[in-house]
Amino acid sequence: MRSTRRIVAASGCALAFALALSSCASSGGGAADETLDPDADLSQQTLTVSIWADYYPEDLAEQFEQATGVKTTIVNHTTNEDIVAKLTASADPGIDVAFVSGQYAQALGEQGLLQELDKSLIPNEENLYPEALELDYDEGNVYSEPYAWGTTGLCYRPDLTGFAPTSWNDLLDPKPELEGKTTMLSTDRWLAMPALKAAGHSLNTTDDAELDEAKAQLLETKPTLLAYDDTTFYSKLVSGEAAMVEAWDGWCNYGIAENPDIEFVIPDEGADLWVDTMTVLKSSENKEAAMAFVNYILDPEVQTWVAENILYKVPNQAAMEALDPALVEQYPTLGISVDELFEQEVIVDLGEDTTKYVDLNAEVLATN
Amino acid sequence: MTSTLDRKAPAVRAPRARRGFAPVPFLAPGLVFLIAFMAIPVGLLAFYSFFKRGRFGGVVFEFTLDNWVKLFEPLYLGVIVQSVGVALVVTLLALLIGYPMAYAIAGLSPKWRTVALVAIVLPFWTNFLIRTYAWILLLNNAGWVNQWLQSLGIVDEPIAMLYTPQAIVVGLLYMYLPLMVLPLYASLQQLDPSLREAATNLGATPWRTFRTVTLPLSLPGALTGCIFVFVPAMSNFVIPELIGGGKTIMVGNLVRDQFFEARDWPFGATLALVLTIMLVLVILVQSAVSRRLTEGSRRG
Repeated sequence: MRSTRRIVAASGCALAFALALSSCASSGGGAADETLDPDADLSQQTLTVSIWADYYPEDLAEQFEQATGVKTTIVNHTTNEDIVAKLTASADPGIDVAFVSGQYAQALGEQGLLQELDKSLIPNEENLYPEALELDYDEGNVYSEPYAWGTTGLCYRPDLTGFAPTSWNDLLDPKPELEGKTTMLSTDRWLAMPALKAAGHSLNTTDDAELDEAKAQLLETKPTLLAYDDTTFYSKLVSGEAAMVEAWDGWCNYGIAENPDIEFVIPDEGADLWVDTMTVLKSSENKEAAMAFVNYILDPEVQTWVAENILYKVPNQAAMEALDPALVEQYPTLGISVDELFEQEVIVDLGEDTTKYVDLNAEVLATN
Repeated sequence: MTSTLDRKAPAVRAPRARRGFAPVPFLAPGLVFLIAFMAIPVGLLAFYSFFKRGRFGGVVFEFTLDNWVKLFEPLYLGVIVQSVGVALVVTLLALLIGYPMAYAIAGLSPKWRTVALVAIVLPFWTNFLIRTYAWILLLNNAGWVNQWLQSLGIVDEPIAMLYTPQAIVVGLLYMYLPLMVLPLYASLQQLDPSLREAATNLGATPWRTFRTVTLPLSLPGALTGCIFVFVPAMSNFVIPELIGGGKTIMVGNLVRDQFFEARDWPFGATLALVLTIMLVLVILVQSAVSRRLTEGSRRG
């Protein structure tokens, strides 16, 4: 099979040189694990970090360079899919550290694209909550260290809803007066999640019957929605267009920043625990510098920036405990405890079964 | 495009054989551009469409026809048919609204004509996303228009103007109407006034003059405008998402989602290829019809 694949790939290259950039290059296997040199001269190394835009301090590269002497470049990606495509498209994508969500770190790790983290170079790991080392997508943080985490719930305006929602069914089967005043997320795994959770199923289920049940519920809910919205739902709340929206906790804070009456609740049936992580690429030639970068971020002083500016919770116990209580009071989602967070279900990669969710999303969104 | 060129073509064409290879140096830059940015990418789409999806995007080079079979599932076929429908409605409305506009502008004095044309092109100076968000601000249930209507006591409850299939049609119409008006204006403005004078002198009523002289001569421009509107309207995915509230999706959204959400490049390539083929077919039909029209009018 391998040889036919090669032949087809080769003719593909003949058809279009552009292919050479992707498939042909990826047939080269990863190098064997080399041991890292703890005394490596970091100032001889350079580092390229890929992270979501607006998700880090603007001067992060300079800060890190000043602290360690590593010449650092930060590039941005827009989505997990975007960076994963880049990382899988060629043997050496030129990126040393990539920020991806937990389930993508799991998938990349299973593909053999990630370097096992050398914990002797990451002493700051001890700043993390103990729970942050027991995440289903990467037990023991073999390939990834968490950067920020959170959950998904209902973000709402009590003055418009007239009650405090407690269940996903308040969204899926809204009171008549809320029809046309709610929005749902439509991306990735978050479209199906409320329906799966409301029915008592796992959000990682691959059972066709359970997914069909969720699909039927979502199709029933669709006519009651104002819109599907993954990017501006909080401004719809602020403007009063929507009364209740399915929202990531951190994003609900952007609404709260403009209207302090807005509240957030994790429905009783539970929700997800999502984690954004840092990973080091196996193809990196600057692994010591990459480890030093991961370690640098886990410094409470550095990681607290995310909580203070992005308003996401961080898995760094030292950073969270040092957080200004006034900030937590203003943005209650920052005060969601680790215990409460761990009652939620960690999103894991589903391998080939991911397509089931893709098909579900397409069917729900395309059906009128 | 073709129709504009055709109209300017000399009545007697130069014999083909005499052209030889002389045009090659002039064509080369355009050809290189077309090959690099059109032929190769479309070739890649066709190539990818026969392989399997990689787990994280990309393509696994195992031959399969699954993508083409999937295309004919009612779900995807339905989205394609619906997109064609939406684009057709938008094109028809653009023609109905754009024709009188172009006709009126062509009849203005040169000074006001310039003003009118600038006014039509002006929105293009602002980014298309910003204009779309402006519509959302204006038209949402708590938006300015509804606030005014309510404060003036015209309505009690806000009118739902956004996040409906109709809103998608309106959004696309707003976005692409100028592309209908401009070619129509060009063809109407080039119309030789003496033809209309002759018709009037021979006793034709204004309506008859319009029907037998102006309308047929402006048809190539109208066809060009229709293509300019239909093609982008069919493949737009931002308007359905923002103004349509994501509740109705079009083939453009499907293509985008296959690449960015589903990580299914081969099926995305299949959809994109089908979209490209459909649009090329539409353009071929347009240019054939418009050639017949111009040749017909020349004979007449």
